[in-house]
Parts: sequence; structure tokens; C-alpha cells
Amino acid sequence: MYQFNYHKAVSVADAAALLARNSDARLLAGGQTLIAAMKLRLAAPPDLVDLGAIAELRGIKADSGTLTIGAMTTHADVAASKEVMQSIPALGALAASIGDRMVRNMGTIGGSVANNDPAADYPASVLGLGATVNTNKRKIAADQFFKGMYETALEPGEIITSIAFPVPKRAGYAKFKNPASRYAIVGVFVSEGGSGVRVAVTGAGPSAFRLPEMEKALSAKFSPDAVVAIKASADGLNSDIHASKEYRAHLITVMAKRAVQAALGK
Amino acid sequence: MSVKVSMTVNGKPITADVEARTLLVDFIRAQLRLTGTHVGCDTAQCGACTIHMNGSAVKACNMLVLQAQGADIVTIEGIASVDGKLHPMQEAFRDHHGLQCGFCTPGMVMSAIDLAKRHSSLTEATIRAELDGNICRCTGYHNIVKAVQAGAQAMSS
Repeated sequence: MYQFNYHKAVSVADAAALLARNSDARLLAGGQTLIAAMKLRLAAPPDLVDLGAIAELRGIKADSGTLTIGAMTTHADVAASKEVMQSIPALGALAASIGDRMVRNMGTIGGSVANNDPAADYPASVLGLGATVNTNKRKIAADQFFKGMYETALEPGEIITSIAFPVPKRAGYAKFKNPASRYAIVGVFVSEGGSGVRVAVTGAGPSAFRLPEMEKALSAKFSPDAVVAIKASADGLNSDIHASKEYRAHLITVMAKRAVQAALGK
Repeated sequence: MSVKVSMTVNGKPITADVEARTLLVDFIRAQLRLTGTHVGCDTAQCGACTIHMNGSAVKACNMLVLQAQGADIVTIEGIASVDGKLHPMQEAFRDHHGLQCGFCTPGMVMSAIDLAKRHSSLTEATIRAELDGNICRCTGYHNIVKAVQAGAQAMSS
């Protein structure tokens, strides 16, 4: 790892000021992606702004139809949370499936969503539930947030403070894990809520995306057989040593079916 | 850049000046000379670097020592009793031959203690799933699973 200047932020405003003063600085959340990247010299920020001491960024609140999770809340805390279990159990199950227990004790939802790894789990739920990403500058709707591989709508110096999930009537997540890394080769999040049915896919493409054809079919009938015959297009999907784009397209349908089954409690 | 870091390690207060880029595992091994915590893959996959921070298992190779500022750290050297009596999980690994070369073992034991604390009853399936952050190249895991089962039971009694 290359040398860097370390700054410990005491508040969100402090973190924003530190980012403004150090133009190439990066935020350190749980570090489970960033530290690993810095060790490999894939990332070499000259300055690091540590968010670890900012208590206001941690916590889970359930409040009349909305579940709000602080950006620095760990995956382990989301997975173990009673509020999450009672309002959006599929989200808790998703968090419990990330990495392994030790990684979950450090990794955070804000870090995952800001990084937007193509195989990360959280983006599927943020898009699949129609959540709102709250930053220190504005609120960004899920549909406007995920732009491309490792690319989001966040502007330089913008900090995610929390993510607000509308509580759905029911939801489910199914993922086909890479057996070594446990990242999603394909993960599908399905929800039925106030704004209708949403189906979001991660792992398959450069960034999470919705499947309008499946959303329409499930709106007519919320059942696994509604999606079983829908083939996703392989165009633009990821192809690598783990899976071809054709296989990923195939897995989309399989995982969508399982996500609906999960939502139905089967 | 040099920063002052303070924490408790195995019950003892520690203060040191560190380069900001120092990993927690390197601080533990090189500066504190606690070499029971191992660096296996160095990419946060194998779990040989597993320690407890504030009561939770974490991978020390994948975090800065500065992320442990003010924390309560327990390493494999810190889990036996002061009189040298092995922790029940260590005893179980010994009893059930849950190791061969021993390289993954400190990480396995620290991970197993954490998982035993979080589950009241442990099935074999749960143990195998929950140990997915720890890799062993020697044993094939069977005796590790038996050891964890026995250790968890001993811990709860």
C-alpha cells in the first residue's frame, strides 16, 4: 500500500470539509473493498477520510412505512436487526449473504452502494425496493442512482448519509453465488409494494438494472410461473471466467423465479 | 504520515505511533510481536488473520490499525486463562484433532468462538456455512466442524 494522509472525520460536515480541502481524497467506510484495493495498489488515494467515528451515520430506524439505514451501518447489524426482520426480512437475508461473517462485521451499506461493484448485493435491493439515497446534499431516487460499473450519481465530495427503503408488501432476494468470493454472479431482488412490482438484477451487467417485462408479468400475477418463460437478453451482460453472458441471462430467470418464491415465503 | 494509536490488546492498554497505512495484522504481528495471528492470503479470503474487535470477529489483514483506534482487541494469545488453561474452543480443537499444519487454526478458533457466541444451538450445516470465511488446506474440515460443535457446547455449559 502506498503512503497516504489519514484524516479522522468527527461529523459529516467535517468529512465534507476534509473532502473539499483534499481534492483526491477518498472516504473510508468499512474498508472491506477500499483497503483490499489499496493493498493491491488498484487504488492509491493520497488522502483518506475515515468515517468510522461518526455515530450519526450508524443506526436503523423503522418509521411509518419507511426503513432508514444509516450509511455506516454494518451488514452484520442489518442482518441481525429486529426492525429489518419485522419490516423487510428480504433485506436482512440479503445482508446476511454478503461475503462472510468477518467481512459483514466491518462492511457497510453506504460503502457498498457508493462503490457500486457490479456484483454487489445491496444495489439490487436499493433498486428493487425503489429506495432513496440520502446524501449530505440531496435525496437521490434509486432509479437515478446507479449509472454504470463502479459509477453512481454521487458528485465529488458528496457523502451518503442514509438509505431510506419504502416497506413493501412482500419482497425476496435470490442470488447465485460465486462459490469462492460469494459475490453475486447473478442476484435478483423482487418486491411488491406501494408503487407496484419491481425486479432488479445485480451481477449480470455492469450495474444493477430493472426488468420491466418481468415487472409487468408479476403485476398481473405475482407467482414464479409468471417469470419462468421470460428470457433475459444476453446483450450487454458481463462475460468473464466465472460465467458467460448467455449463462448469466439464463440465471436471471432462474434467480427471479427463486426471488418470487422467497417473497411468497416458499 | 505518523499517527498515534491507542487500544486495548488482550486486556492490556497499548499506545504506539504508526504509519497511517499500517494494517492491523501487521501492527499485531510486527509491533506487538503477537504472531499467533497469521497472514495467509492477504486478500481477506482465508481468515487466518481473524481476531476479535469489540467482541466481533474481523479480518485483521483487511483493515488499518487506525480503524481499531480505541478498540478492545483480542487475539489468539488472549483467549486462554491467565493460569494457562486452554479456552474450551482451543481444548475442543485439541481433543478432536481439528488441525494438521495449524496455519489456519488461530483464525478458525477465533471465528468459531464468535460463531458459538451468536448461536444457541449449532447444527453441522450452520457451522459449515458460518465458517465460510475461514479456509483450511489440510484437514478437509470434518474435524474442525466436530471441534466447533464440541467447543460451542463446552462454552455454553
